[in-house]
Parts: sequence; structure tokens; C-alpha cells
Amino acid sequence: MAELTYREAIAYGIAQELRRDPTVFIFGEDIAGAGGVFKSTVGLLEEFGPKRVIDTPISEQAILGAAMGAAMTGLRPIAEIMFSDFLAVCWDMVVNEIAKIRYMTNGQVSVPLVIRTGNGGGSRFGAQHSQSVENWAMAVPGLKVVAPSTPADVVGLLAASVRDDNPVLFFEHKSLFATKGEVPSGELVDTLGTAKVVRHGKDCTIVALALMVPRAIAAAEVLAGRGIEATVIDLRCLVPLDTQTILSSVSETGHLFTVEENPRLCGWGAEVVSIVAEECFWALDGPSIRITTPHVPLPSADVLEDAVIPSVERIVNVVAKSLDA
Amino acid sequence: MLAQFVPDGTAPSPIQYLAADGALAEGVTPSMSDDEVRAGLRLMMLTRAFDTKAMSLQRQGRFGTFSQVTGQEASIVGSASALDPRIDWVVPQYRELPALLRQGLPLSSFMLYFMGNLAGSRIPDNVNILPIQISLAAQIPQAVGLAWGLQLQQTGGVVIVYFGDGASSEGDFHEACNLAGVLKAPVVFMLSNNGWAISTPRHKQSAATSLAARAPGYGFPGVVVDGNDLLAVHAVTSEAVARARAGEGPTLIESVTYRMGPHNTADDPTRYVVASELDAWKPLDPIARVQRHLTARGLWSDDQCQVVEAELSAEIEEALVVARAAPPPSASQLFDHVYADAPATMLRQRAARLGVTA
Ligand SMILES: Cc1ncc(C[n+]2csc(CCOP(=O)(O)OP(=O)(O)O)c2C)c(N)n1
Repeated sequence: MAELTYREAIAYGIAQELRRDPTVFIFGEDIAGAGGVFKSTVGLLEEFGPKRVIDTPISEQAILGAAMGAAMTGLRPIAEIMFSDFLAVCWDMVVNEIAKIRYMTNGQVSVPLVIRTGNGGGSRFGAQHSQSVENWAMAVPGLKVVAPSTPADVVGLLAASVRDDNPVLFFEHKSLFATKGEVPSGELVDTLGTAKVVRHGKDCTIVALALMVPRAIAAAEVLAGRGIEATVIDLRCLVPLDTQTILSSVSETGHLFTVEENPRLCGWGAEVVSIVAEECFWALDGPSIRITTPHVPLPSADVLEDAVIPSVERIVNVVAKSLDA
Repeated sequence: MLAQFVPDGTAPSPIQYLAADGALAEGVTPSMSDDEVRAGLRLMMLTRAFDTKAMSLQRQGRFGTFSQVTGQEASIVGSASALDPRIDWVVPQYRELPALLRQGLPLSSFMLYFMGNLAGSRIPDNVNILPIQISLAAQIPQAVGLAWGLQLQQTGGVVIVYFGDGASSEGDFHEACNLAGVLKAPVVFMLSNNGWAISTPRHKQSAATSLAARAPGYGFPGVVVDGNDLLAVHAVTSEAVARARAGEGPTLIESVTYRMGPHNTADDPTRYVVASELDAWKPLDPIARVQRHLTARGLWSDDQCQVVEAELSAEIEEALVVARAAPPPSASQLFDHVYADAPATMLRQRAARLGVTA
């Protein structure tokens, strides 16, 4: 057991895979010499050398195209796109190429690669460096989508992603980098597509992802003081989506809330709500409610950014109002 | 080997007018008048002073993440000074404050932007610039389109687009050059080769010995200039602007300069920049070079320098007062300009958030 920051857990998790499997290598902008602009790949160049930890030119399409090509040769590349916003720069590679090659070759070609990327708001970086875009990836058949909220999950889910035979988009939340948590010692491999019930309560189910998980937990503590016991589910993966954990919790509590950082329209919570509406409608005792960022670009002013991204206070208010407490 | 086009491994030496000691090269005639040189020097000194101020404001939490100009003043001022701000346009990356000021942007407006106030994002009418671009290289194809638009509308205007050696590795750069060549768009591609892209050195950005040498591949000329030499940058850019205005198409200028500070306020370059490299560039400082040149000609003195420095710091303080007097960001700004006509779904979210009906 060691206490690591989320940021340290990233390097730790990558190192675990680099040590284990010689076909794994990692590349991206400023990841080697500088240890990443978020300092999340510190020490890798020193341990694994410049053949496996590689700085690239600023060419995102080439980075992902090359990851795809290298994966076709049997390697397991981990490519970094510095900010998830810049996935848009190389989205063709992700959507039309990487996600579809297995299907379009009738199962012949496999591209087992991981695209890691810094995601999410809270850093005052403005409209082009703060977006939560997991739902972009969720909309593309062929991709797996992972977004951990704790250091231990970073390590375990990263290992599962590297070992997976599908392309995986791995979203690292910028506002979680400094948070700490215990990481069990020894090899740590988790399972994609498994959500975690991180708090148990009988009155409602709050489903959250990444930065919204600690906020949902904090809100649940406040709600407990007001007589509402909430279950909090950390989804951890959007694809595959652990519908079983959601459905069984909602069946028990009768109330569903999602907490999403993405702008409202077509956020992942819409999918969760529709699955619940379809598969356990009769267990519901009230409307399912999505707590999201409004349908706006993120501002860089701190007061405004704090006002739009769901806060502990907003979660508490929405849940309490809806449950009439 | 049957190849006809092979890299010869040599990089042309940058065009230089002023030696590091400020002496004018033999046989060259500057394209700037003495008054223009003095105005250029003042602008260079202004942004140098502003860099220090902005860094301290950022450290106090009053300014967002900001990229300094320090070391690259001649490259930016020399090129921007070759434009006619009434008809020509500047399309920046994010390190070109003096070019924006030369086009007429108030310093207070730039400050507001970095204070997170959307009031600073609105460009005053008749200031011919596009917004700061942080999504690398996206501005380059836009600049080509802007130049094309000016050409189609026969305004006589020319566009200069700035970007770094790092940004020139993006597909956007190459596609933009290709299109501009075909369109003969009146655009000047100003590649600021400052040695670094965050922690990535220039030699890891491209295997080409010269970045300007890419230009013939797109069917137009390229030139390498000493980016720490105000007079050389101005001369080279003036020619490129004249070519563009005459309908002869684009030029790629590689301005060889050096980023003397961190990438931005969030960066610590001591992790990757070797001190000896930084030291080697110090004597090549672009501001000191112009000052030496003018001093030798009796057009500048330490006394004058002090007067100007005092004026500039007053100018910066004044701009700060104006910026601070602006109304703080309001919650309605979140929704105001997302659409020209906000859809009802968004109006409902706006009402819920602001506690008012739209
Ligand atoms: C599309 C995109 N990819 C990556 C980044 C992250 N990034 C910001 S600045 C920068 C380096 C740019 O270097 P260069 O173009 O040489 O300009 P300089 O900062 O040296 O002036 C990088 C990689 C970005 N902003 N946009």
C-alpha cells in the first residue's frame, strides 16, 4: 500500500505496463524529457529510455495515425493527446480509422492501443482547454471509454486498458491530479466496464464520473445530515457501461440523479436515464434528474467556471428539492 | 540514388542587417526610418516591461496563464511594423502582443482577456486582428481564408499570420500553405522559430535543417531572417508584404529567435533548457541591439532610456486601472453569445441558473 497522487498514479500505472510487456511504449508531446506538461509521466524516460518513451512533434493526426499503424504490427502503444479538446484535431483518426478498422477488415486487424488525455475543467483554462468530452467518444462504435476518479482506479484501469484488444480512450481529469489515495502494492489490474458503489444509501442513486465523483460523495454526506441517504456510483467506464450496477441500485432507491461535467445536450447521463427509463421504469418513484453543466462553452473566469460546473451545493440542492426534504 | 531532391544538410544563414553590437551591415539600406526604429524600440520595451508586470500579476492570482514575449520582440515588432494597420491584418498565435498593439488593440483590452473577462475578448472596431489562438495552427488556414476574402473583395489588404516552429508540425500549417500557394493569397506566413515548443527542442520538431525551405514545396518563396534583428525582420517582411500586395502570392518567413523565458507562467524551463544555451543568446538580445545601434548614431542615450522606461511603466499602470474599472464578469456572460439566437432549451437553462426568466 502506498499513498499516491492521481498524477503520480498515472506514471506508476504506465510504468507497471512498460515493465511487464516489452511491446508497450508511450509517446506524445512533451511527455519524455519534461515528464509531461501535467507532470504525469515523470521518471518514465529515465527508467525506460528514449526508445520506449518518446517526445513527438506537435502533430496529433500523425501521433494517432502512427499509434494505429504501430498497433497493427503487434505493439501496444500508449499515445498521449495533451488536452482532450485537441482530440478534435485528430478526430478523423479516432472515429473513422482506429474505431472502425476491426469492423472494416471483418475482424482481421486489431489495434490494441490506448489514447490518454487530460480532460475536464476547473483549471481556468477557458473554452478550448477545459472540456469534458467523454461523451464524444461514447458516441463512436468501436471505442472503449474510461475515466477514473481515484489513484487506485487510474492504475488498475490503465492496466486493463493497455491489455485490452480494443482501442481505449483514457480520460485523466486535470482537476484530480493533485488528489491523493491509497494504491495497493503488487500488480494491479482492474476490469473495464465495472462501476463501483462508493457509498451506500437507500433513498436515491447518484451516478457520477471522474471529478464529479468526489463532489457527489461530498454532497451525499451533506444530504445525510438532512436525512437523505444516497447511494453514489462511480461509473469509471462509459463503454462498456455497467448497467447492472445502476439498475439494481435504482431498483432499490427508486430515484436517479446523474452528475455530469459535460455540457447538457447528449451527455452520458442522457444514456443512463434512458436505460433506466426503459429497463426499470416501474421501480422509479420520481423523475430522473440530470445535473450538468449548461449547454455553454466553459469560461476562464474562476467565478464563472465555478458557477457552471456542478458543485457540491448544486447537487445537494437539486437532490433535496426533488426528494422534498 | 536516383533522387533529384535531397536535403543538403545546410541551413542558409539568416539575413542580418544589425550585428549583435548594433553595427549596420555594409551595403544595406534599412527599410525603416529613424522615427520608425524609435517607435519600434519603444514598443519592444513596452512589451518587455509588460512581461514582468504580467508575470507578477499572474503570481498574485490576478492574471491567467500567460506567455511572455521576452527575446522575440524584434521578430514580432519588425514584422508587424511592415503592415499598414488600416488595411492589413494580423492573425496571431498567443505570443504576439506587440503586433496586436501596433494594429491598435488597447493594452487594457489585452489585460481584460487574461483576467478572464469576456469584455477583453471583443476586438474594438477597426482593429484588424483575429483573436489569440491557443489551439495550435488553427489560425493558419483561417488566415489564408481571410487573405483570400480580402483579395476577392480587392481591398489591397495583406494578412500576416504568426505561429511557432512547434505549430508548423501540424497538418493545418501544411494544408494552409498548399492552399495559399494555389490561391496566390496575399498572406505572409511568419514562423517564429524560437528554439522551443514547450520542452521540445526545434531539432525534434522536424528533421529539416531549415523550416523556410519547405516553401518551394508549396510553390512560393521562403526566407530565413535573424529574428533578433529589428531592421532585418522589417526589411524581409516589407518585401513579402509588397509581393503579396502586388498579387504575387505568399511568402514563408522563418524568423530565428529564442524564447528567453518559460513557455508560459505554468512552465519551469530549468528542467529542460541548458543554461549554456540560454547564456549564448543573452548577448543577442534584440532590444539592446537596437539601443546600441541608435546610441552609436547619437539617437539614443541612457537618459532617454530612463525617460522612456518611466513613461512605459506609467502606460502599463494606466491600462491596468482601465482594465480594473471594467465591470466584473457576470453570470449572464455565460449564455449571452453562445448562439446568435439562443434555442429555447438553452434559455430555460439560463433562466434556471440566473434565477430569472429570459
Ligand atoms: C492542437 C494543439 N496541440 C497541443 C497544444 C499544447 N501546446 C500549447 S503551446 C505548445 C507549444 C507550441 O510551440 P510553438 O508553436 O513553437 O510556439 P511557442 O510557444 O514556442 O511560441 C503546445 C504543444 C495546443 N495548444 N494545441
